[in-house]
Amino acid sequence: MKVISAKDLELDEPQFKHCTGTRNACKLCTPLGACLAFRGVEGAIPFLHGSQGCSTYIRRYLISHFREPIDIASSNFSEDSAVFGGASNFKAGVANVVRQYKPKMVAVATTCLSETIGEDMTRLFHDYMKEEWFEGHPHMVKVSTPSYSGTHIDGFHAAVRALVATLAVPGDRTRRVNLFSGMVSAADLRYLKEVLEDHKVPYTLLPDYSESMDGETWSEYEKLQSGGTPIADIMASGCAQTSIEFGRTLSEYPSAGKFLSERFNVPNRQLGLPIGIRETDAFFEALAEVSGEPTPVKHTRERGRLVDSLIDGHKYVFEKRAIVYGEEDLVVGIASFLSEIGVVPVLCASGGKSGRLKRSLHDAIPTLDDRTHIHDGIDFAQIGEMADTLRADFIIGSSKGYQLSRKLDVPLIRIGFPIHDRIGGHRVLHLGYRGAQSLYDTIVNALMDVKQTNSPIGYSYL
Amino acid sequence: MKPVPPSQPEIGILPVREASIVEVGKAEGGIACNKHSAAGSVSQRACVFCGSRVVLYPIADALHLVHGPIGCAAYTWDIRGALSSGPQIHRNSFSTDLQELDVIYGGEKKLYHALVELIEMYKPNAAFVYSTCIVGVIGDDVNAVCKRVAAEKGIPVLPVNSEGFKGTKKDGYRAACEAVYKLVGTGSTDDIPPHSINILGDFNLAGETWIIKEYYKRIGVNVVSCITGDARVEDIRHAHGAHLNLVQCSGSMAHLAKMMERDYQIPIKRVSYFGIEDMSAALYETAKFFSDDPTIMERAQELVREEVATIYPQLRAYREKLQGKKAAIYVGGAFKAFSLVRALKMLGMTTAVVGSQTGGPEDYKQLQEMCDPGTIIVDDTNPLELAKFCLEKDVDLLIGGVKERPIAYKMGIGFCDHNHERKEPLAGFIGMANFAREVYSSVASPVWQFAPRRAAKLKAAAAQLNGGKA
Repeated sequence: MKVISAKDLELDEPQFKHCTGTRNACKLCTPLGACLAFRGVEGAIPFLHGSQGCSTYIRRYLISHFREPIDIASSNFSEDSAVFGGASNFKAGVANVVRQYKPKMVAVATTCLSETIGEDMTRLFHDYMKEEWFEGHPHMVKVSTPSYSGTHIDGFHAAVRALVATLAVPGDRTRRVNLFSGMVSAADLRYLKEVLEDHKVPYTLLPDYSESMDGETWSEYEKLQSGGTPIADIMASGCAQTSIEFGRTLSEYPSAGKFLSERFNVPNRQLGLPIGIRETDAFFEALAEVSGEPTPVKHTRERGRLVDSLIDGHKYVFEKRAIVYGEEDLVVGIASFLSEIGVVPVLCASGGKSGRLKRSLHDAIPTLDDRTHIHDGIDFAQIGEMADTLRADFIIGSSKGYQLSRKLDVPLIRIGFPIHDRIGGHRVLHLGYRGAQSLYDTIVNALMDVKQTNSPIGYSYL
Repeated sequence: MKPVPPSQPEIGILPVREASIVEVGKAEGGIACNKHSAAGSVSQRACVFCGSRVVLYPIADALHLVHGPIGCAAYTWDIRGALSSGPQIHRNSFSTDLQELDVIYGGEKKLYHALVELIEMYKPNAAFVYSTCIVGVIGDDVNAVCKRVAAEKGIPVLPVNSEGFKGTKKDGYRAACEAVYKLVGTGSTDDIPPHSINILGDFNLAGETWIIKEYYKRIGVNVVSCITGDARVEDIRHAHGAHLNLVQCSGSMAHLAKMMERDYQIPIKRVSYFGIEDMSAALYETAKFFSDDPTIMERAQELVREEVATIYPQLRAYREKLQGKKAAIYVGGAFKAFSLVRALKMLGMTTAVVGSQTGGPEDYKQLQEMCDPGTIIVDDTNPLELAKFCLEKDVDLLIGGVKERPIAYKMGIGFCDHNHERKEPLAGFIGMANFAREVYSSVASPVWQFAPRRAAKLKAAAAQLNGGKA
């Protein structure tokens, strides 16, 4: 067994190469996020205004994680459309989709191509409706998602905002609570619905792809999988008593919650993604306040069992070192949880660049010290270069970190998106006490497995 | 305001798509193909960039830099099962990751710096620069940047004109051929032995090129280069010294083969390595070509005998289990579809639906001839059509790629991945055995009994049986 001396513990400052290009991006493009958010609306079909490839690549990528069909239509630009504009393709495309799918909504996102040639989407919508509108025509929503600006998470939030901006209507204040969850897993969405229902409060959860992207095997063919936020619920979001939106990095972002607060005076509460104990406590406190119901016993018990288990396992994880990567808000939530259990997040990295990652981490984790390196706008090659001196015990993030975990010979705890080298990536639960429990068990067991595997003794109990 | 459109049958076919679908025995004449996909039809095709990227991807010692915003590079990072026996540069995803200001002021500077830095970091033997949609619109002079970097760094830097909207995936294949052809003819052919070939259009998915190369070695035929399975820049430089080009995946590589025929008088043979019949034919055709050495044919016959004897018992066992099952095929190229129809026949299965993304009129004519009456043939289909035909024909298996997989599973239909992400080699004789096992392990799985559509059928059948007894 290797004896570690004090000298071994001295670490070089981690370095990475500055490169003009991006090497193995730790981000995806804007329209992907918009397509996923749109598929979380009941009866909506995402429609990309651009080349055929965007739709096909994004479908393929989402399928690899969710293992569910996702149909994304495309206006399918040709050379002529790029020169003369995509108006005729747009019109024909939407008409075809309406005819074929009979959707309740056609949700249009732009691409880098249509944005660069300067398509005037408002005019395209106007012209389309003038000629093609009929009684009972599906709703039409549009969002601007040029892939040269922001990442998939920006596309996601922009799409959610576009949905409420298009559909929400004013009216008498109701008890309704709007919950804008951000890009979380299907299991997370199911959990959030359960929590809201347990608080006996009417709600609009947007988006909700818990069924449409994690559904049952069909008895009959479903052109668009069932499930999703009902359009009526989105309309009603303008009369809600309050909005809750997850994401500490959203503080200056033109979010859905902000739109409703500015337009319809629906108060907006921004919370961190409820990952780990403190961030989840904040969520449950907010819910107790808005629902007037104390936290249901079922959930206080879950919290209790979680705390009990953290104590049982604390020695296995204390001062272990983790590299955390992914979307900025996910990184903040995971790092916050790791800090609660004694793990040091030695690197918090994201391909996103909201400019608020560092601030958000410090806000969520008051005890954060200089052992934690924080980098936004970074790619996997750079994370790998930094990892050389970080002496991580495990890494936590999407499947895209697998090559790094293999190089470092440390476990990869798969969370977030995409998880396409395991089954059930969309069923990973991150949120709430229940999500923390499941993450905790996974992390501790992975570390126990390393200990057991590396032991020359071969202990059968630990 | 327009009148409300009349209600459609449950899964309708768009009028614009009708000419691209025929039923064998019912239709006269050909099928509409080689067309741009209909807007809004949710085509299973990708774009020009995708065509170029998949063809060039396996060149393992080259740098592949995608010039554009991040998506195109991110979605093609390490997704292909194309293996390399040495360098692994191709498994990285490099992008100029264009931002808003680059779009406004042009991306040439960024491209130049990215190229220079990446070449210094990764020391590739060549670099390919893929243009994506917006590069074609903002007007970057990619050719000039490539020329400059090539001169400064002393390696070939090859622009690939693969702007996504400039055609279909097929045009991307063509752009890839044009780019890679600039390497051909730049090396010496002095040491190339007689009876030498190039393998065109095999991508070493799950090591398939290695299997095929081994066969050629055993029959005494030398492989100069494989374009692009496990390819190296140096091998491609010598490719013009081969005496015969064997073209698989004709959609992607026919253009390259034709250019080599035109400039170097290298004859072309179209082959397929899928299934016993086609694999054997590929070896025999090659041996016939080199008839000056009859021992090549003798060795080919010996090889086929040996290999078939090895896998035949396995195939027979699978055939017993699969007899009478029905399959649907939807793949990229039509030539692969031919092989699959034959391979399924060998397993006792029938093909009820078959289509491709990029087949041409001749391909579809041949498919119509080789398929049984009633078989549906489609060009550039979409999820709704595919589902409709799979249900109507009540198939037991769908063969396709990752985008087709969930369609099959949701309807309680087995699936076999025959696309570029596969991790099981399906080429060669051993590949046929693997294919049979793949098909069997999906079709024969006990899970289907619980899929609602199948469960309902089983229940109905059981009720009928009981009713009959009573």
